[in-house]
Amino acid sequence: MLGYAGRILQVDLTTGKVRIEKLAEENAKQYIGGIGLGMKLWLDNSKAGVNPLSPENPLVLALGPVSGTMFPTGGNGHAFISKSPATGGVGEAVSHGTFGAELKRAGFDAIIFTGKADKPVYLWIDDDTIQILDASQVWGRSPPETEDAIKTELGDFYIRVASIGLAGEKQSKIACIINEKTRAAGRTGLGAVMGSKNLKAIAVRGTRDIAVAQPDEFINMVKEFHERMKGPAAQKYRTLGTVENVMVQNQLFCMPTRNFNNSHFENADKVSGEVLNERYVEKIIACNSCAMRCEHEALVREGPYKGTLARMEYDNLWALGPNCGVDKLDAIIKASERCNYYGLDATSTGVTISFVMDCHEKGILTHEELGGIDAHFGNAEALIQLIEKIGTREGIGDMLADGVKAAAEKIGKNSIQLAQHIKGLEVTGYDLRCLKTTALGSAVSFRGADHNRSGAYASDVKGKVDRLKAERGRGLIVKETEDVNAIIDSLIICKNAKGTLYKELADMAKLYSLVTGVDMTPEQLRAAGERIINIARIINLREGLTREDDTLPWKVMNQPIQDDGPVKGAVVTQEELDLLLDDYYTARGWTVDGVPTKEKLKELSIEEYQNLT
Amino acid sequence: MVKLHQRKFISADPEKCVGCQICEYACSFNKEKVFNPLKSRIRVVRVNQTANMAVTCRLCEDPACVAACPRDALSQDPTTGSIVLDKDKCNGCGWCIEACDYGAMMLHPETKVVYVCDLCKDKPDGPQCVKWCPEEALTVVTSDVLAQKARIGAIKKLFQEKEEKQ
Repeated sequence: MLGYAGRILQVDLTTGKVRIEKLAEENAKQYIGGIGLGMKLWLDNSKAGVNPLSPENPLVLALGPVSGTMFPTGGNGHAFISKSPATGGVGEAVSHGTFGAELKRAGFDAIIFTGKADKPVYLWIDDDTIQILDASQVWGRSPPETEDAIKTELGDFYIRVASIGLAGEKQSKIACIINEKTRAAGRTGLGAVMGSKNLKAIAVRGTRDIAVAQPDEFINMVKEFHERMKGPAAQKYRTLGTVENVMVQNQLFCMPTRNFNNSHFENADKVSGEVLNERYVEKIIACNSCAMRCEHEALVREGPYKGTLARMEYDNLWALGPNCGVDKLDAIIKASERCNYYGLDATSTGVTISFVMDCHEKGILTHEELGGIDAHFGNAEALIQLIEKIGTREGIGDMLADGVKAAAEKIGKNSIQLAQHIKGLEVTGYDLRCLKTTALGSAVSFRGADHNRSGAYASDVKGKVDRLKAERGRGLIVKETEDVNAIIDSLIICKNAKGTLYKELADMAKLYSLVTGVDMTPEQLRAAGERIINIARIINLREGLTREDDTLPWKVMNQPIQDDGPVKGAVVTQEELDLLLDDYYTARGWTVDGVPTKEKLKELSIEEYQNLT
Repeated sequence: MVKLHQRKFISADPEKCVGCQICEYACSFNKEKVFNPLKSRIRVVRVNQTANMAVTCRLCEDPACVAACPRDALSQDPTTGSIVLDKDKCNGCGWCIEACDYGAMMLHPETKVVYVCDLCKDKPDGPQCVKWCPEEALTVVTSDVLAQKARIGAIKKLFQEKEEKQ
């Protein structure tokens, strides 16, 4: 089977021993790669109820079969999978750049880390030479600094590095894993899992050839996708970027503002994608193999934050900007840069800070408790001060560094009502009260609050369905988009390139076949997507999550949208949520409790996991 | 009679290059049917997030690589200006790699002799990296054309500034 390297690296950080195993072909075909293969490997290598921050929790790094090839965006991804310290269920996060391609050239499809090193270390993969090296020189340093230091130490500037910052070292449950300085496997707190293993970084240099099964047909397919990427499907990403969403969503009154106290930001025009591009975007760069390049590098050219450089996307801009009531773009860029510096998930960090501001304005957290920080909505200085506290776990930051759910549990005083999270993972920038298909997709998302697990938001935002209505049929929309997205994240194609997959499953099946030489039909691929979602569900069930956890933040269900506009009064009631969940479970072939049935597991050839449900 | 320089080489526009490395894949695939940057005659450098550029042989007028080769394995084609390697003479000593200021000479990981951009002389449609570059950042140019472009850019800027002052 081409495409796959055929090898899995097992790293036991406790003993310092490494072992290379064969990738089972059956697993490759059934779980594709990326998050699918990663979850399968995690499930088979872990015990029920494992503490996410214990040595026994495996951390899996997985690539897709397309990684390392020239297929645009597909060539460059990697995924981290583990048990999330934030949700207690499946944790997974995908990142792009060049790291994944390099690891494939080193000859690995996946790495499974277990155990815990007795002192800070980093893993150095130089093709077949695997070494666990001392990381005491870089401990405490930021991911960008760590990357440069490791390249200098090893004396090769084409080495690729994924590393954690101070937040990961201090096991903050909103810590991420950063590669190539500005790209992050952001969500579900996997930086903390790395930190708990004393694993500071993974450095890779790979020199092998990557060959595909049908090179001539493959190169023609690449050429066609280059053309598609010059067209309308990628136009948004090529021009303004995802930050275009600021004005689009604000107009639809679905941009959560001031911790969901509003769904419309009156100063959106000050933080719009248009203004960001005009005044701050210095350069748009690309990941390896990508023909649509979308990474907008924003540079602050004057003022107190002069010289600050950060990658800006809708989610970090929203979380640290409108969501905190902040309308100063230079401060939002600075805040994003600080998140990268400490290795914090910018989305979760922004939502945690908006929670603090909400608590402060409602008198739940006093000025004294906040260590004198004036945490009012719109205070850009407080935003940056709070990131410093969270990144270093100093003062109030220690309580906030594990995200909103943990913070609210410590604060008490009903503050949980202000904590915008699902399953312990902070929400993304979509007001779920007026996007009810998205609300369902986020409620059932196996990794917690996430608009991208299902991608159902497209139906709401583009007006394909009545976004204010909870009705039967939405379950099927969520199911189908979930299955497709599971494949996208397993082949590891960039979600920003989703629009260029005109024939979604058919395109991806063709790609899989040309690369691997294994005939894959669209239907087989769809089934693989469904299998992956079911495996995720099985993991969550094994770890104790139930239907009760497929829910929405308190405000989304109890505090109707108050802004005058097209969605005033919108809220998701318990009855609506129950209807949507029932509809979704039915579409999935699960019981009313959200448990995959024996028949479903048999249909997907995973009846071996029956006893875990 | 004075003649314009005819030698054309591949030049990357730093304003346009986004560091995607597609040129590397196009080159290694075209030359060796595999995807491997180590077998590409053009290499991408990302100094930081805003400084990206692809670099390959610039067909120097007085190529240091040729002068440095102690075994006379390298020569310059008098017509095209590209660097020609006599594989039998090369022993992979690496003097030429050290001599080249642009990192255009590389030691092949398998054949163990040096290799360098040959402008895809066997391809009727010219250098494949240029053909594939999605940003149109790569061009095949003479040094005269590069100088012309620089001149025009400078003058445009000058007049723009003048207009702004008025």
